[in-house]
Amino acid sequence: MNYDRVLNSRIAQVPPSGIRKFFDVVSTMKDAISLGVGEPDFTSQWSVNDAAIYSLRQGRTHYTANAGLMALREAACDYLEARFGTRYDPKTEIFMTVGASEGIDLALRALVEPGDEVLMPDPSYVSYSPGVIFAGGVPRPVVTREEDEFRLTPEALKAALTPRTKALILPYPNNPTGAIMERPHLEAIADALRDTDVIVISDEIYAELTYGGKKHASFASIPGMKERTITLNGFSKAFAMTGWRMGYACAPAEILRVMLKMHQYTILCAPTAGQYAALEALKVGRETDYAYVNEMVRTYDRRRRIMLDAYKQMGLSCFEPRGAFYTFPCIKSTGLSSQQFAERLLREKKVACVPGTAFGESGEGYVRCSYATATDKVIEAMERMKEFVRGIRN
Amino acid sequence: MIRDLELSILEILFNDARTTPARIAVMTGHSEEEVTAVIRSLEAQKIILKYPAMINWDRVEADQVEAVIEVRVTPQRDEGFDAIAEQIYRFDEVSSVYLMSGAYDLMVTVKASSMKQLALFVAEKLSTLDHVLSTATHFVLKKYKLEGVIFEDRRQDERLVISP
Repeated sequence: MNYDRVLNSRIAQVPPSGIRKFFDVVSTMKDAISLGVGEPDFTSQWSVNDAAIYSLRQGRTHYTANAGLMALREAACDYLEARFGTRYDPKTEIFMTVGASEGIDLALRALVEPGDEVLMPDPSYVSYSPGVIFAGGVPRPVVTREEDEFRLTPEALKAALTPRTKALILPYPNNPTGAIMERPHLEAIADALRDTDVIVISDEIYAELTYGGKKHASFASIPGMKERTITLNGFSKAFAMTGWRMGYACAPAEILRVMLKMHQYTILCAPTAGQYAALEALKVGRETDYAYVNEMVRTYDRRRRIMLDAYKQMGLSCFEPRGAFYTFPCIKSTGLSSQQFAERLLREKKVACVPGTAFGESGEGYVRCSYATATDKVIEAMERMKEFVRGIRN
Repeated sequence: MIRDLELSILEILFNDARTTPARIAVMTGHSEEEVTAVIRSLEAQKIILKYPAMINWDRVEADQVEAVIEVRVTPQRDEGFDAIAEQIYRFDEVSSVYLMSGAYDLMVTVKASSMKQLALFVAEKLSTLDHVLSTATHFVLKKYKLEGVIFEDRRQDERLVISP
C-alpha cells in the first residue's frame, strides 16, 4: 500500500520533534547525567496518590461530568483567584483537560480556520507550531532575544500582526528559556492587542515556578484582557504531577463552550482518579499554604543559582532566567552549533542537554539545561560541562 | 532577610551537612563571608549542634539492638521532669530522651550490643532510679524512615532522559 496516499499529508509532513532525535542518542548511554528532562524530579505528594487510591477503593471508576468534577472546578477557580488574581466561573468558564497539552490542541482547533496565522515566541515549547499545523493554521514564530531576556516585545508583536492573525500563544514562564513576563510587560502586549480581535492562548503551566521574589502575572488579570484570553494551566509542574495528565482550560464561556464540545466528543472527561488526586493537591495546598510547592521552588532556585554561577565560571553568557526550571546559556563563544555542543557534551562528558534549535530556529547558539534533577547531579554535571568548555577553548 | 538566610542555610545543611559555605553562598545569592558568619552564629547559639552523617547501622552491625522504652516518672518539685530526664540521658547507652504527652512521660531510646545487655540496663539502671515508676520496653525490629530519609528507597528516577 502506498501510505503516502492514505495519510493526511499536512500532518505526515510535520517533522518529528528535534527532542525525539536527541532522545534516541541519550537513551543508549547508561550513566549519562541528563539535564534534558522537562518534568519535576519531585514526585507527587503521597497524600495525592493516596486520594486517588482511595477513590478507586470507593469504586469511583466511572466517567465524571465532561468538564470534570464540580468540586475540582470550584477548587481550581479558588486557587487561580488566590494565587494569581484571576476569577473564573466554575460552571461556565473552566474545564479539566488531559494535561495542559490537550488545552493547547483544543484552543487552537476552536479558533483556527484554514490559513489563519498563529503567533508564538521563538524559541518556545515544541508542540505549539505542530499544533497550529494540525489545526490547519500557519505558525508564525516571533523571534525573542537574549538582550530582551527572551520576552515577547510589543514591537516584535506588532511587526508580526497581519489581518490573518487569529491568535497569539503566550507561554510564560517559558520553556526552554526560563523567561518570565512581568505585569508591565504584559500590559504592553495588551496595549498592542487592544484594537484587534487576536485571542491570546496563555500557557501558564509554569506559573508557580518563579524566582527572585517575582510572582507570576497572569495575562487574563490585565484589565480588559480576560475576554480575549484562554488560560491554560495544570497540575504537572506546580504539584509535580506530570504522569497524572491533569490540566485545565479557562476562557470566556463562549469560547470555552466550543472547546468543551471537542473535549466532549473526543476525550469525554479527564481521568477520574486523576481528578481526585488533583483535588487533593489543591486541598493540601490551601491547608498548608502551599508548603510543598514552596519547598520545590526553594530547591529549584538553589539549583538555578548553581547553574548560573557555573556558566559564569565557564565564561558562557546566560541571562538570568526567573521562571520554570530551565537555564538557556549561550554557547556561541565555543564556536560550536547547538547540535554539536549537545552531541559532543554527551559523548565526551556524558551530560545530556537539549540543543536550543529543538525549540525553534532562533534557539541556535543556545542549549537548554534543566535543573529538575537532584542537586548533587546538577553540581556534577556543571563540573563536567566546565571541563568540556575548557577543553574546547584550549 | 537575615532570618530567611538562616532558614535557608539550616535547610541546606540539614539536607547535606557537607555543603561548603562557598556553595551555600552560590545557592542563596549571598556572599561567602556572610554565610560563614551566619553559620558561626548558628553554632554559637547552639542551633547547629553537630554535623553527623545519617548511617543505616542495620547494614553495619547485625548484632546491635535498639529499644524504645516508655518511662513513667514522678516529677520533682522545682525541677519538673528535667532532673530525672538528665539522670537518664547521662547514661552512654541512652541515645535519645523525649518528654512526651499522653500515657507515659519519657520516651527513651537505648542501644546495646545484645538483647541481654539492654534488658540488664533497663532492669538494673533505669528501673531502679528514684522517681521511675514503671518502664515498658519495645525492641526496634526494623527502621524504615528516619528524619525524612527512607532507608531502603527502591524508587529510581524513571523519567524519560529527554522530554520536551
